[in-house]
Amino acid sequence: MNESDERVQELVRRAIGPMADPELKRDLWPRMRARLETPPVRVPWWDWALAGAVVLCLIVFPAAIPAVLYQL
Amino acid sequence: MVSDRRKMTETAVDLLEQFASGDAAAFEALFGEYQGQVYGWIVRIVRDPAAAEDLTVETFWRIYRARARFDPRCGFGPWARRIATNLAVGHLGARRPETELSDEAPPAQARSSPPDAAVRADVREKVAAAFEKLPARLRAAATLAMIEETPYAEIGAALGISVGAVKSRLFRATRLLRKSLIGAGVEP
Repeated sequence: MNESDERVQELVRRAIGPMADPELKRDLWPRMRARLETPPVRVPWWDWALAGAVVLCLIVFPAAIPAVLYQL
Repeated sequence: MVSDRRKMTETAVDLLEQFASGDAAAFEALFGEYQGQVYGWIVRIVRDPAAAEDLTVETFWRIYRARARFDPRCGFGPWARRIATNLAVGHLGARRPETELSDEAPPAQARSSPPDAAVRADVREKVAAAFEKLPARLRAAATLAMIEETPYAEIGAALGISVGAVKSRLFRATRLLRKSLIGAGVEP
C-alpha cells in the first residue's frame, strides 16, 4: 500500500469515524419469539398445480412464452 | 479452578448440543448470550441501529432453521458472526444511495462518533457519499478495516475469506474511493 492509499484511508477514518455506541439497547428476545411463533407461509396445493400447468404449457407451446412475458 | 473451568466448558458444550438437537430453551439461552455480540457486529457494518436489530433477529432465525447442520465443536460465536456478516453485506447491497452527492449527510454517518473537526463538513459529506457508492462486499471490508479498525484476521473469518483477500478488497476499495473523491473535487 502506497502513501496515497494510506492518505485515502486516513481521510475516511477521520471523516466518518467509528460507531459511537454499538451496544444493544433492548432485549430482542420478544421479537425473536414472535418470529418463531409465526406460522410458516404455506402455499396451497392448487397454486403449485397451477404453476406446474403453466410451466407445462410453456414447454409444450414455447411460442407462448413472449405472450406470457408480455402479460407480466 | 481447572475443574471449574472444565465444568463450565462441558456446560457450554452441552448447551450447544442441546441447541443442535432442537431444544428451544437452549436456543433462548444462546440468544440471550450472543444477541449483543451479533448486534454489535452488524451495526458496525450497516451503521443503522434499526436495521441492525432487524438483521440480528433475522440472523438468529436463520441460525434456528439451520440448527441441524450446526457442529457444536466449531463454536457458536464464529458461526453466528458469519451468518450475520452475510446478511449485513446483503443489506448493504440492497440499500443503494439515492443521490450521487447530496448536501445532507447520509444516514450511515448519523450515529457515528463525532468526526474529526479538522476535516471540513463538505469534505466529510463527499467522503461519506463516495463510501456509500462502494460495492457492498468492498464496503463491508472497508468499514470494518478502515473505520472500525478491526483486525484483518477477524474480518476474514467473518467474511469467509483469507487475510490476503481482505487486503485485496481493501486495496480495491481504496482505489475506488480515491477515484470517486477526485471526481468530487477532493484531493486525498
